[in-house]
Amino acid sequence: MRKSFGSIILNVAFRHLTPFLMLYGVYVLVHGHYGPGGGFQAGALLGLAVVLVQMVQGTRAEWRIGVSGGIILACLGALIYLAIGLAPFIWGGNFLDYGVLPIAATPAEARALGILGIETGVTMGVMGVIIVMFDLLTRDNGEREE
Amino acid sequence: MNIRIASALVLALIAIAFICAALDLPPAGDHQAPAAQHVSPRYIEMAYQETATRNMVCAVLADYRSFDTLGEILVIVIAGIAIVYIVGISRPADEI
Repeated sequence: MRKSFGSIILNVAFRHLTPFLMLYGVYVLVHGHYGPGGGFQAGALLGLAVVLVQMVQGTRAEWRIGVSGGIILACLGALIYLAIGLAPFIWGGNFLDYGVLPIAATPAEARALGILGIETGVTMGVMGVIIVMFDLLTRDNGEREE
Repeated sequence: MNIRIASALVLALIAIAFICAALDLPPAGDHQAPAAQHVSPRYIEMAYQETATRNMVCAVLADYRSFDTLGEILVIVIAGIAIVYIVGISRPADEI
């Protein structure tokens, strides 16, 4: 997106909006154990925080993750999920059976931490894909990845 | 034209088979259904003891059925990679 559509009002306003948007995304991620929320919703919120910066500031945005960065982020998220799924093999468990991981006192608490870990992977995957989609679909003709 | 009639017949047969199968499903909210007999009570009674997670939906999504969620996130990531190739294919190769 070469041209931004931000006026000076938008340029000032989004600076106050973005930190709360990202904080709310992290809150939705870590509060998934106790209420509505989880990885997919948190990924959408965090991805849209980055998209908002690029919409308002265009190529002048400091937070420019870009297509290759977004793909790396999404693939890292899927890799975290797979790694947490494969880790119980070392301690003699089944695939995605995080109860056997020696990261907490009881198997139930280990499962809670494992759920948080895979939700983090889901968040990174959704966030990266949203950034990639926005970047590619709004790219101007002849614009290059920096 | 014959192919159209034949494909319409095949689709009608498949639709009849699906409708017959759907008529045998238990009604929504039936507590006598097989799924409500042993799977649902196990989740409701044991979810907190087994996963220390107060949100039962989160426990089912990310622990009991985490293989399903793994498939979902892999589909999303593969879709993102496919978008890169589909949208980038209309531009010169050195711009991707």
